[in-house]
Amino acid sequence: MKPILVLVSVDSNSILLGAKQFVNYLKEAIEKYNLRDTVDVLETGSMGVYTQGVVMAIFPDDIYYSVRSIEDVEKIVSEHLLKGRAVLPLELPKERLKLVVEKERVTEEVRIVLRNVGVIDPKSIDQYIARDGYFALHKALFEMTPQQVIQTIKESGLRGRGGAGFPTGLKWEFTAKVQADQKYVVCNADEGEPGTFKDRLIMEGDPHSVIEAMIICGYAVGATKGYIYIRGEYYGSVENVQKAIKDAYEYGFLGKNILGSGFSFDLTVRLGAGAYVCGEETALLESIEGKSGRPRLKPPYPPTQGLFGKPTVINNVETFANVPQIILNGANWFKQFGTKGSPGTKVFSLVGNVVKRGIVEVPMGISVRELIYRFGGGLLGGKRLYMVQTGGTAGTFIGVDKLDVPLDYESFRDHGVSIGSGVILAMDEDVCPVDVALNTMEFFEHESCGKCTPCREGTRLAVQILRKMSKGQGQKEDLETLKQIALVTQEASLCGLGQSINVPLLSILDNFKEDFVNHIGASSCPRGVCRFEKPTKVKTKV
Amino acid sequence: MVDREAIVNLVRNIKQQALEERDMLINALHQIQNHFGSYIPVEAAKLVAEELNVPESKVYEVLTFYTMFSIKPRGKYVVRVCVNLPCHVTGGRQIIETLKQTLGIDFDQTTSDGLFTLERTSCLGLCGVAPVIMVNDEYYGDLTPKKVKELIESLRARGEGR
Repeated sequence: MKPILVLVSVDSNSILLGAKQFVNYLKEAIEKYNLRDTVDVLETGSMGVYTQGVVMAIFPDDIYYSVRSIEDVEKIVSEHLLKGRAVLPLELPKERLKLVVEKERVTEEVRIVLRNVGVIDPKSIDQYIARDGYFALHKALFEMTPQQVIQTIKESGLRGRGGAGFPTGLKWEFTAKVQADQKYVVCNADEGEPGTFKDRLIMEGDPHSVIEAMIICGYAVGATKGYIYIRGEYYGSVENVQKAIKDAYEYGFLGKNILGSGFSFDLTVRLGAGAYVCGEETALLESIEGKSGRPRLKPPYPPTQGLFGKPTVINNVETFANVPQIILNGANWFKQFGTKGSPGTKVFSLVGNVVKRGIVEVPMGISVRELIYRFGGGLLGGKRLYMVQTGGTAGTFIGVDKLDVPLDYESFRDHGVSIGSGVILAMDEDVCPVDVALNTMEFFEHESCGKCTPCREGTRLAVQILRKMSKGQGQKEDLETLKQIALVTQEASLCGLGQSINVPLLSILDNFKEDFVNHIGASSCPRGVCRFEKPTKVKTKV
Repeated sequence: MVDREAIVNLVRNIKQQALEERDMLINALHQIQNHFGSYIPVEAAKLVAEELNVPESKVYEVLTFYTMFSIKPRGKYVVRVCVNLPCHVTGGRQIIETLKQTLGIDFDQTTSDGLFTLERTSCLGLCGVAPVIMVNDEYYGDLTPKKVKELIESLRARGEGR
């Protein structure tokens, strides 16, 4: 090992900020300055923060830089690597990356899911193993019965991180109990929820953790085949996961008679092809089966009748990524994080008008305020926070009055704030709630699969009304009609997509009612966002 | 003309990668679209139906359901612009307007020189650098109207129309 290690974030977001170019330049510079025996460069996953620059970490100095140009790289090489002087203007405040618990109670970042992301080379199975990778698989196969694995996951209290929050252990238990000649494990990596990109960063930064968890799950429930269904647009994830699967086969973690245990498991990748509804579990199964992704009527649920009609466990990427750590460290270890009803951590994506966009993994129960101001650095340009969308597009719109609600799976029931897939989309005072509502409903209208009438027609009707309102042609009755649409669509839709439309729609109508009322009958958009059009007058002959 | 042998070989390759008998269709369509660049000709779709022993109507249904597949040729550069909220509130609206203006087309249209097709897309999972667009398989983030214009101009200069 060389004395100095430079870690560079080369995930998909960072690449857009120039990461590849910077790494290449860095390597050239190291050659140029004859540092090749002193400095190692390692490309790794996301370090969690995007300050409009690529994050570079230098060890053992433990200094983090935000790099925006080739000149910055040059400066780091000539100053830091050659002369050992930190380049202060480029340095990232450490509290954002490594938080120190101060006297007052503040939330610290806890990395369970992201423990390897931004630390190891995701393309190296050896580096994963060096961080206790596949130790959990070994433990499960040789020291635990399938029932004990399920019991551990049940006791840990792990709940589905895709949004619905269903207890993972219970899901596994249902599947294990069904007798069948073939069972499947499916990983839902069709991350299409606007604002969410955690799964992508997990797959790009630590693909083996997901693979290891799926094998453990297969052992626990008696499944011998698995699919990872990844969004077709996620090239980086697909590449890293496919490489990881190949390596896992070579090392004997996949395939026949894994590690000599007698258990066999096959795993492959399937790509989505651009349909948000395929994130719904039964639609996703249909898609793997080579059909249009139209959801099935439930029950029967996947644990009894899933892929090809066989019992199937289907979990989200983040859910799976928790599993190896739980098996290794035990249920009680996991329960020390988070809240009683929602143990563990959650990966949040901070997006919108915050200063520091990125992802952060913190214990359940953190407040929206902490996420936006402590981890997100507040609002860009010192603007005032006006509204926040939590949980994703199917999540809730809240005002500043609800910033202190603790986020866990109970927060929606108790305070009307959804945790969903972990999106915190902060919007400043320049947004218009009518425009935001229209954009949201246009999304659902476009993504509705069309199979059931309430969702297909409900979303279309809501868009028509909101479009009219955004042109300044709204009427008071429209608000009531929108509420009716929301409730009917919720009640009568076939799947989770239609059933969840009421959540964003009702929350924005309730929490920002005044904005909607002020919009109606005004001469221009009160917030200067929507473009008003005069209704076309029909000339009648007298 | 569709090269029959190439398509059949592609599909047979897919068959070998399958875990189950029926998990091949979408995988096959992806690879065929890659083969032709940006769309799937009818003749190729028919061959897939034949090789996988599924009705043609079913292949057509799947082709038209998913937005990543196209049954008609797209431009040399397929520009996909994210229209969702995280991009929308960080300046995405201006990006869409700039694209429409610069290209002189609306969504789902192709420029007359055959260079560009403009499509809307859902979240690309790059909200850390919103607003974001994708051109073929390249991503571009942190966009401003100025950057978009420059990008289109440079692509225009590089690409030859048909």
